[in-house]
Amino acid sequence: MTDTRTTEDKLTRDDMAQLVARDIPAGAFVNLGIGQPTNVSNFLTADQQVTLHTENGMLGMGPVATGEDIDEDLINAGKIPVTELPGAAYFHHADSFAMMRGGHLDVCVLGAFQVSQSGDLANWHTGAEGAIPAVGGAMDLAIGAKATWVMMSLFTKTGESKLVETLNYPVTGLGCVSRIYTEVAIFELRDAKVFVRSVHGISFDELQARVPVELTWA
Amino acid sequence: MAPRIASTATDAVAEISDGSTILIGGFGNAGQPMELIDALMECGATDLTVVNNNAGQADAGLALLIKERRVKKIICSFPRQSDSWHFDEAYRAGEIELELVPQGNLAERIRAAGAGIGGFFTPTGYGTLLAEGKETRVIDGKGYVLETPIHADFALIKALKADTFGNLVYRKTARNFGPIMATAAKAAIVQVDEVVEVGSIDPEHVITPGIYVDTVVALGGGK
Repeated sequence: MTDTRTTEDKLTRDDMAQLVARDIPAGAFVNLGIGQPTNVSNFLTADQQVTLHTENGMLGMGPVATGEDIDEDLINAGKIPVTELPGAAYFHHADSFAMMRGGHLDVCVLGAFQVSQSGDLANWHTGAEGAIPAVGGAMDLAIGAKATWVMMSLFTKTGESKLVETLNYPVTGLGCVSRIYTEVAIFELRDAKVFVRSVHGISFDELQARVPVELTWA
Repeated sequence: MAPRIASTATDAVAEISDGSTILIGGFGNAGQPMELIDALMECGATDLTVVNNNAGQADAGLALLIKERRVKKIICSFPRQSDSWHFDEAYRAGEIELELVPQGNLAERIRAAGAGIGGFFTPTGYGTLLAEGKETRVIDGKGYVLETPIHADFALIKALKADTFGNLVYRKTARNFGPIMATAAKAAIVQVDEVVEVGSIDPEHVITPGIYVDTVVALGGGK
């Protein structure tokens, strides 16, 4: 897949990860959230010289560790054993989150339950009765990086849009999301508008009919 | 004053009494002071308030303290995991109080305690359920929440090695909460692989200066 614009087919998860990877500026410091965003690292090229941050205290995180490289003292935020790259650095938790909150990371890529048209993010808690809440670093990540991008499927299993006018899940961060990658469209959120950068396996009109916010073709 | 060098993990935690607030280091298993937690189990202290990133995993360490209902309250960021069944059960039974804190705020509240800061305005959590009831302020157009320090009676920490002055060196991502927790407790109890002679750690490499460390126990093993 070479065209970042409209395609006839829906994007696969790997397509989405590849597009995100390609959009990350060269030399950026990046945090990839747990789940789908982690896959982005598989598509970053050496030429990009991207440095990965993991909030449990490391810059310069390398690929997942296998075999003899597995070290219980070297894990990522998902508690998976990883490796270190030349130039890596370790630091304690307060420094790690200060780095994030202080706006030193260029891009953070996260999953989401919902995103509102003004960039509010919901991804930490369904709010369901009896659910045990857990937040981890979600709220820090959402508001900390210079740019917060979301990767999600655009529709729920029952077909409702996860891009909404206002959230009906508990908020993770307000006005923090600037771009959304989905299997059928890529959205840019700016100037209080939702722009469509590309559509995949769906027409703009069809997309507009299924998404309850006003869309503008970028 | 140089720290007390305890002979065993049990000896190291001997002063922990009922009702104590305890910071426990570790993120997942990395940096978790497993032997000190086991010793805490044996010493019998109960009615504890525990601060950790998680709420115990599987059937070891903190999870067992919770299983035995020795923890009345946990302050953490991520209690629910695939293997947090002892916490889940205690929580659903209403037998443990949970204070959920975003991870960066948790770290900064601990840091603030050790640094003598009375509170701080953080953007993390603003406009969310976790800021409900808390003071907020808009500074230069951006919303912030007032968070307060987390002080503790004890910290249980794992480091790679200590010298006899209590200067500590950690290993990789096992460092995580250790350096800040050491500063925020009245007494920091540290398990290390080895205690080395003072002067044998390059001062440029010291991560936690010994001023913060009260008790050290060498447990060998490790890498």
